Amino acid sequence: MRGAILSTLVAVLAASSAFAVQPDEILPDPALEARARKLDQELRCVVCQSQSLAESDAPLAKDMRVLMREKIAAGASDKEAVAFLVDRYGEYVLLKPRFETGTILLWTLPGAAILIGGALAFFYFRGGRTEPATALSADEEARLNEILEARR
Amino acid sequence: MKKYLATLAPLAIFIAIGAAFAIGLTRDPARIPSMLIDRPLPEFSLEPIEGFTEGLNSADLKGEVSMINVFGSWCISCRIEHPFLMQLKAAGEIPIYGLNWKDKPGDGTAWLERFGNPYTRIGDDQEGRVVIDLGVTGAPETFIVDREGRVRYKQVGPITPEVWRDTLSPLIEELKKG
Repeated sequence: MRGAILSTLVAVLAASSAFAVQPDEILPDPALEARARKLDQELRCVVCQSQSLAESDAPLAKDMRVLMREKIAAGASDKEAVAFLVDRYGEYVLLKPRFETGTILLWTLPGAAILIGGALAFFYFRGGRTEPATALSADEEARLNEILEARR
Repeated sequence: MKKYLATLAPLAIFIAIGAAFAIGLTRDPARIPSMLIDRPLPEFSLEPIEGFTEGLNSADLKGEVSMINVFGSWCISCRIEHPFLMQLKAAGEIPIYGLNWKDKPGDGTAWLERFGNPYTRIGDDQEGRVVIDLGVTGAPETFIVDREGRVRYKQVGPITPEVWRDTLSPLIEELKKG
């Protein structure tokens, strides 16, 4: 049983870091290839849109990977290579949205929601606390018993 | 009023977020808007596909309102769209230029021979570079290009009679006038 769980875990974790890069795409220069792989992980596959270029098996993703490698090998900087794709596909091709006026709500709203929700929860629970009850005097005890008897 | 605030505030927030989601649901995030709209068609020069003598250059699309259709013999939706493209060709209202995407030599030609050729000219994009310049995400996709060679609309997916009637035909009429 433990073996089954462990092997499933390993399979899932290993698969999530799978690279779709084929041997014929890999650049001969390891430094350039490393840069290309990093970019592959930051760019979205426009066909299978929740996968990065690194993960996607789509033919178009392969073309985009090869294109990025050509640009890098020809001397383009990371920024320039990425800009080439953004110019053609828009910012959606970036897996991580840029932080700018258009995306400010996207970036800040989750954090703000947690802060506001947390504050509301804090004050809600704090306001519910009542004064510790003091013991009843003998008179009050007697009156209480009368009332309870009457109601029964 | 204050004691109702505790009930009203979360409700109001829920309604606001719900409304935002409802509006969002009418949009399809998978449809990436084209970056080319109102920009000149990127320059390209493509060889003819096997069996043809004329290829396709971006310059061919200047001078009249035209359509570029990205297709492939492997693309099932293109097969579905094809009869309508043949109808458009028969009607002769607008020239359709074909971009044969990622077909092995001969495959595109065989497909056209089998089903018919609606294209005035066809370019061979085996490497897939031109489609990346056009921001294509799949086939079929069709670009409407005006007289000056600027892209005015991108149709993602097959052109159906409804799409033609409601969107493309009115646009093309407009472009022809202007």
